[in-house]
Amino acid sequence: MVRNSNERQWQLDTRRIGDDLLEVSCGGRWRQDQDLPAAGVILPELGDGLRLSFNTAQLSAWDTGFLAFLRALFALCAERGVSIDQEGLPKGVRHLLAMAAAVPEQKAARRSSTQQSMLFQVGAATVAFFRGAPEMLRFLGEITLSFGRLFRGRARFRLSDLWWEIEEVGPRALGIVSVISFLVGLILAYLGADQLRLVGAQIFIADLVAIGMVREVGALMTGIIIAGRTGAAFAAQLGTMQVNEEIDAFKTLGVSPVDFLVLPRMLALMLMVPLLTLYAGFVGMLAGLLVSATIFDIGMFEYYIETLRALELKHFLVGLSKGSVYGAMVAYAGCLRGMQCGRSAESVGEAATSAVVTGILLITISASLMTIIFYRLGI
Amino acid sequence: MHEAAHIEVRDLTMAYGEFVIQRDLNFVVSKGDIFVIMGGSGCGKTTVMRAMIGLQRPAKGAVFYGGEDFWSVEHEEQERLKRRLGIMFQGGALWSSMTLGENIALPLKEYTALSSRQRAEIVSFKLALVGLAGFEEFYPSELSGGMKKRAGLARAMALDPDILVIDEPSSGLDPPTARRLDDLILELRDSLETTIVVISHDLASILAIGTNSIFLDAETHTMINTGKPKEAVASGDPKVRHFLTRGAE
Repeated sequence: MVRNSNERQWQLDTRRIGDDLLEVSCGGRWRQDQDLPAAGVILPELGDGLRLSFNTAQLSAWDTGFLAFLRALFALCAERGVSIDQEGLPKGVRHLLAMAAAVPEQKAARRSSTQQSMLFQVGAATVAFFRGAPEMLRFLGEITLSFGRLFRGRARFRLSDLWWEIEEVGPRALGIVSVISFLVGLILAYLGADQLRLVGAQIFIADLVAIGMVREVGALMTGIIIAGRTGAAFAAQLGTMQVNEEIDAFKTLGVSPVDFLVLPRMLALMLMVPLLTLYAGFVGMLAGLLVSATIFDIGMFEYYIETLRALELKHFLVGLSKGSVYGAMVAYAGCLRGMQCGRSAESVGEAATSAVVTGILLITISASLMTIIFYRLGI
Repeated sequence: MHEAAHIEVRDLTMAYGEFVIQRDLNFVVSKGDIFVIMGGSGCGKTTVMRAMIGLQRPAKGAVFYGGEDFWSVEHEEQERLKRRLGIMFQGGALWSSMTLGENIALPLKEYTALSSRQRAEIVSFKLALVGLAGFEEFYPSELSGGMKKRAGLARAMALDPDILVIDEPSSGLDPPTARRLDDLILELRDSLETTIVVISHDLASILAIGTNSIFLDAETHTMINTGKPKEAVASGDPKVRHFLTRGAE
């Protein structure tokens, strides 16, 4: 039987010689820059006890396309008990086929790539979540122990790393915190003016902006900014160190990676986020002052006096405590996801994304809890 | 242009700013050569390779492929020339979000009109050639360094390129696997007429497969020897002899 393709330039022919020999003739170009036949086209002619030989006298060019065809044909022959005589194949073809067969396939390695059902995926994600909870608690325990070593003066980390982290998470974040806080202060002022105008009490814009920014919004916005900026960076840094086996190197040296890597980051954020929160509060109040003075004709001095009257020490303390907690949450989420990172570039990306999501989730949960607690305490 | 040249490097100087890595390199890689770029660690072998494969513009000089200066031609022409090359990077450089099968199939998908059945057969064959039969569905993160390297070679060979550039093929491999890789390189040259450029400091491999070579020196920042690696052992230059005799002389 002759099969060929003029436009594709290959020829395939089979010929029975006697009862037990099938000669396969391959001619023309067998290169992978064109569509080549499947080995299965010879399948109907393959029978048990048959011998297969080759004639490649007309073969003008070949590459891996020809080799892949032959390999598939050999596999079919093996299934059907057909023996193969490779003498008629070019020497290079025989050598390369032998090399490909030299290391037997590890059957255990073969996997199916079937897509799992949606139900299975939801179940697997739920199981993974609940398996992740003990891991989060374990990491929290490790951090607690590390702080214990810090207070006993036994934690091992470099002060230069701490200073570097402080500079990175504090002063370098001032720009973005300024912009966001100014705009949030502006929004609060407009929102308050719109409602307070109805009762002729626009002067209370100062109260709304001052208490809102110092006590709640300043800390919340700073926390979210830091989660996106610094939490993701922590996860990416530690994740890359996982990929490069740097964290394993710490462990083998007997140096706790939590002390050396996590502690400076935790300390830096717990120290810097409260300060950034205070700063955000002042920038927000400044925005409120400018809006009130220029848009709503409230005198600057008047606004200043009303702000002083509204603000109490407890508002600052609430804002500072929230800032500290949010800082700790962001650092925890960033470091946790970084330390849990896998060994590939893709998992570093996943760790950074997960750090931001976890950080914002923890901030929201702790914000709600603290609001309820402070309300109950009358603070 | 040299008559039999497949690749010609002319007056090539590589530098990072003011710091010269290698200067005034001149050599010719002929069709069917297994050309070894050798030298000690940090001498700039990989940097020279990066200029040859279009990843780093040289400070000076030219790299010709069949008479065309890679760094002077238009971008489209550069892309066409690049498709003649298959590159195996030192660490494999596999795409971590793809399985080994997908890694090898990608160039086939991009540059050929093969059916998915044919692509799968070719992927399977390439993996078998490097001793990784059956690992199509594995991700790079699940493999050892040596396996990644071999998978990287399988990907470099995907399109049966005219020229195969291999960075440190045998480092990190066990001796039988390294030997197998050497045999494969020889077979690719003999059967598919692939021209092969190897960056290496593995002496056994250099002497077993190299048909021509240059030796880059880290102190003088230039090449101090050319010719067949086996003949370089008897080179007049003590640095080359020192390197090729593992410091015995």
